[in-house]
Amino acid sequence: MTNTPLTPGVVAGRLDTGQLAANFADMAPPLGVHEARVAADRCYFCYDAPCVTACPTAIDIPLFIRQISTGTTEAAARTIFAQNILGGTCARVCPTENLCEGSCVRETAEGKPVEIGALQRFATDTLMAANTHPFTRAPASGRKVAVVGAGPAGLAAAHRLAMFGHTVALYDAKPKAGGLNEYGLAAYKVPDGFAQSEVAWLMQIGGISVVHGWALGRDGNLDDLRAAHDAVFLGMGLAGVNALGIAGEQLDQVLPATDFIREVRQASDLARLPVGRDVVVIGGGMTAVDAAVQAKLLGAETATIVYRRDLAQMPASRHEQDHATASGVKIITNATPVAIHGAGAVREVEFAYTTPGAKGLEVTSQTFRLKTDQLFTAIGQALGETPSGLTLDGRKIAVTGPGRTSLPNVWAGGDCAAGGDDLTVTAVAEGRDAAMDIHASLMGA
Amino acid sequence: MADLSTSFVGIKSPNPFWLASAPPTDKAYNVVRAYKAGWGGVVWKTLGEDGPPVVNVNGPRYGAVWGADRRLLGLNNIELITDRPLEVNLREIKQVKRDWKDRALVVSLMVPCTEDAWKAILKRVEETEADGIELNFGCPHGMAERGMGSAVGQVPEYIEMVTRWCKENTRMPVIVKLTPNIADIRKPAEAALRGGADAVSLINTINSITSVDLDLFAPEPTLDGKGTHGGYCGPAVKPISLNMVAEIARNPETRNLPISGIGGVTTWRDAAEFMALGAGNVQVCTAVMTYGFKIVEEMISGLSQYLDGKNMALPDLVRRAVPNVTDWQYLNLNYVTKAVINQDDCIKCGRCYAACEDTSHQAIDMSAERVFTIKEEECVACNLCVDVCPVENCITMRELAPGEVDKRTGKPVAPYANWTTHPNNPSVSAAE
Repeated sequence: MTNTPLTPGVVAGRLDTGQLAANFADMAPPLGVHEARVAADRCYFCYDAPCVTACPTAIDIPLFIRQISTGTTEAAARTIFAQNILGGTCARVCPTENLCEGSCVRETAEGKPVEIGALQRFATDTLMAANTHPFTRAPASGRKVAVVGAGPAGLAAAHRLAMFGHTVALYDAKPKAGGLNEYGLAAYKVPDGFAQSEVAWLMQIGGISVVHGWALGRDGNLDDLRAAHDAVFLGMGLAGVNALGIAGEQLDQVLPATDFIREVRQASDLARLPVGRDVVVIGGGMTAVDAAVQAKLLGAETATIVYRRDLAQMPASRHEQDHATASGVKIITNATPVAIHGAGAVREVEFAYTTPGAKGLEVTSQTFRLKTDQLFTAIGQALGETPSGLTLDGRKIAVTGPGRTSLPNVWAGGDCAAGGDDLTVTAVAEGRDAAMDIHASLMGA
Repeated sequence: MADLSTSFVGIKSPNPFWLASAPPTDKAYNVVRAYKAGWGGVVWKTLGEDGPPVVNVNGPRYGAVWGADRRLLGLNNIELITDRPLEVNLREIKQVKRDWKDRALVVSLMVPCTEDAWKAILKRVEETEADGIELNFGCPHGMAERGMGSAVGQVPEYIEMVTRWCKENTRMPVIVKLTPNIADIRKPAEAALRGGADAVSLINTINSITSVDLDLFAPEPTLDGKGTHGGYCGPAVKPISLNMVAEIARNPETRNLPISGIGGVTTWRDAAEFMALGAGNVQVCTAVMTYGFKIVEEMISGLSQYLDGKNMALPDLVRRAVPNVTDWQYLNLNYVTKAVINQDDCIKCGRCYAACEDTSHQAIDMSAERVFTIKEEECVACNLCVDVCPVENCITMRELAPGEVDKRTGKPVAPYANWTTHPNNPSVSAAE
């Protein structure tokens, strides 16, 4: 190891391989059988349970927990997967404190919710470890559906459509399926190649053919897809990133946080992945947290998140914020970037403090500069090329009901569609619901 | 600190907490540990007649029923009486009694149904200077098939006969331990009294199969693919025991017969309940087999605090609830209560709603915001919502004042009246 956290610039190998392996190990180790039983015993089996209402995929949580507590974990997993075929990823990455666990009556009662996320992981891991698939495909319907994007929305839609017996062609621009599950989540949340295992397990339903390296607009257009299929589901996510729109944005080492997160996930050897000594991340969502924390875990001396509003408004959940600060990340709030300084590469980034005003955020004249040799932007993503003929709602594809777009026989869901919370779990729900609607439309016609 | 010392049929102990005749009292080692922990007395595990010792199974001898978090609620056993030589037990009893004079030491006995057999063992127990004997007429497994234990306890005439033999052949107080595996607990208690018993103790264990191994298709505990019924005890049996204790305590024939209460006593509160229903002391087993002897500290401090808080002495507690145990026909049919949900305490689990809506009287309303409220016009005051609510005292029962209109019936609350005078009672009209 030649470099340390103090080595200037953007360099690899700041930490030794042992330390890196420890840093990127499973963030929340799975529950053992005993732990799961104890955790399951705490569920009150509520009537019309608030946790189910809070779950975007409406998993029957009291039922699956009761199934765990009665020693039928595989049945529990089936309950989960029936609503959310990516229940394995969601168990790992859902902001449960804002969803199921946040609404658990034991959170109300004792401030300690039932560990729903951990129990879901226990159940789904058990069934997936057995490598059995709990669903079977209906007889072939003779209908063909194109699904664009093999991320959470596309996978959920493809699986549900395949279950109904439709033939699914799943197109994805990347070399691997999984979308953000594979390219956009912090490595320590889904270690050990989980996203690919999950895709392989999901594909056991049959009837889905995957076309990799195919991007809408580049390798084919929507009209062609519509002509060749009975229906099209668009779930290609957001390929573009928002720009800061300030001076110095073109400097070296000013990068989208999503690029960095993807590189960490795809790195075959973390010791060879360069990272800055002083890393600054602009933004306030989970992407900002994932980038800053991983920069720190790779050995950056400092990692700082700068968010333009206050902590309470930060899109990253309280749990995520705590995880960031516990990992050594500093969070600066109420500051917005005004200029990036440097020669060739970034050297400093200049911020102005903000204050809430009558007409929104106001930028004050008070500024400060942060030393940085790597600046990540995490201020939101944008739709890539929009297929013509689709009505937009703001900067996303407009949808009504279960993902119906303005074009007949074209549905959309996940991050590329308007609405939703840009969470894995909402994308799954939207893909699933669009698939149900597509199925009804195809079979009713 | 309230004075917890008791004198039960003349046997003195510093507190009313005795260990029941069972594995925890099988030998000096355990009994001395129990005394050191603070137990007021023990009933030494049942001795049999001299001769080849009893044999026990060498596989599992306990089965269990658990609640949430694997709390042991019920335990069943197929262990027999002591399997140690009589001579060893007697020697240890003598030594322990000599070393622990302030503690009660009663010896449980079970020998064949002949006067000579009882005479022989009584003489030897007397030599130990133990405080008394308890006749094991309750054990439901193993020994019953040999004409002992519950085989005696289920026949009042045998109880009377053996009790009389004992009273005629020893100066020691005789406590008769009753089996619950009968139809009417008053009969064996009356028989014991006729035979001259100084007291009864109850209950012994209940015939039971706790569970079935669904792979072996055999009852548990399973030995070599087979299982048998065992004796059930622990918190789960407390309600059965409380009723039987109360039945004896309020039976005119047996109301003055001292009772040692046994059956699921786990905390000071359980003990207080047994005593309020007529027990002069209590015996504990499953609770110590689950948590060890140390729990007696909580039982002592808890009962003391309770008595002090009530400004009561221990004898004031004994039988205190007996006058309030009555028959259904004397309950006040004009007493009306309604459930009330404290919205501040409610955690909105909705279990009260599920219970009432699915299985009872549709008397709880659930709003879109998950606010649960009682519909007094439907509430029959069954109390099920109180029982299923996970938050203690979140749902309570409000007593309607005399004259207040019951919204369910539309009638004002009337003075006391019971079934014996109710117009719907056929025997009332028959008498007219």
